[in-house]
Amino acid sequence: MEEVLVWAVWVVAASALLGSGLAVVLFANPFYSALALIGNLASLAVLYLILEAEFVAAAQVLVYAGAVVVMFLFVIAYLGGRADAPWAGGPTLQSLAAIVAAGAIAVEIVVVIALRADDSIATSAEIEGAFGTPAEIGRLFLGNHLLAFEVTSIVLLVAAVGGVVLGSAPKPERRGSER
Amino acid sequence: MSGPGIAAYLILSVLLFTTGALGVLIRRSPLIVLLALELMLNGANLALIAFARQLGDGDGQIFALAVMVVAASEAVVGLGLIVAVSRKRVDLDVDKLTSLRG
Repeated sequence: MEEVLVWAVWVVAASALLGSGLAVVLFANPFYSALALIGNLASLAVLYLILEAEFVAAAQVLVYAGAVVVMFLFVIAYLGGRADAPWAGGPTLQSLAAIVAAGAIAVEIVVVIALRADDSIATSAEIEGAFGTPAEIGRLFLGNHLLAFEVTSIVLLVAAVGGVVLGSAPKPERRGSER
Repeated sequence: MSGPGIAAYLILSVLLFTTGALGVLIRRSPLIVLLALELMLNGANLALIAFARQLGDGDGQIFALAVMVVAASEAVVGLGLIVAVSRKRVDLDVDKLTSLRG
C-alpha cells in the first residue's frame, strides 16, 4: 500500500517537474517563467523527500523559491516592459538547430549511462534513520567537507560584492567623461 | 528504496537537463537563459541526490548543496550583469550583445 502511494506521489511530482520545466522555457513573459520555476523547484523538493534528503529539500525551497526566484522577480519588475521576450515567430534555422542539439545531449547522456550501467545500480544501499537529516549534513560539512564549506562562504562573499558592484549606478563624473 | 529505482530518476534528470539546455539555446532573453540555466543545475542536482540515496552516502547531498550555493551566486552575478546592460540602453537580446565594450 505504501509502495503504491510513493509511486503515485512520484508520478505526480515527475510530471509536474517536466511540465513546469517546459513552461519555464516556453512562456513568452519572463514573469510567468519565474513563477513556473517555483513549481519546478517545489516538485523537485518532493522528489528529494522521496529520496530521503530532507535537509536538501528544505534548503532547496528556502534558497531557490525564497531567495533566487524573488531576486529574479525583482529584476523583472525593475526592467518592466523591457524584460519581455516575445517569440520571434515561426521556427527559424537557429531554433531547429537548438532542438537538435538539445536532443543530441539527451541521447548522449542516456547512451553513456546505459553503457556504464551494471548490476550495481539495480540494488540500493540500506540506510539508517540519520541519513539526510540536518545533523548528518552538519556532521559531514564540518568533518570531511570542511574545505568545501569554507570555500562556499568565499564564493558567496565574492558573488555578493560582485552583485553590488555590477548593480550600483555609475559615478556621475565617470559618466561625464564617457559622453 | 521505496518507489522507482535510480534509473527512473536518472531519466528524469536527463530530461530536466535537456529542457534547460533547450531553453539556453533557443531563447534570446538573458533573463530566461538564466532561468533555464537553473533548470540544468537542478537536473544535475537530482542525479546527485538520487546517487546519494542509491549508494547510501551523504557526500552526494553535500555536493548538491554546494551546487545550490553556486547557482545562487551565478544568479546574483547574472542578474547584476543584466541590470548593468539595461542601463546602457541596449536591447536585452543575447544575439545582439556581442561587444564587451560599454
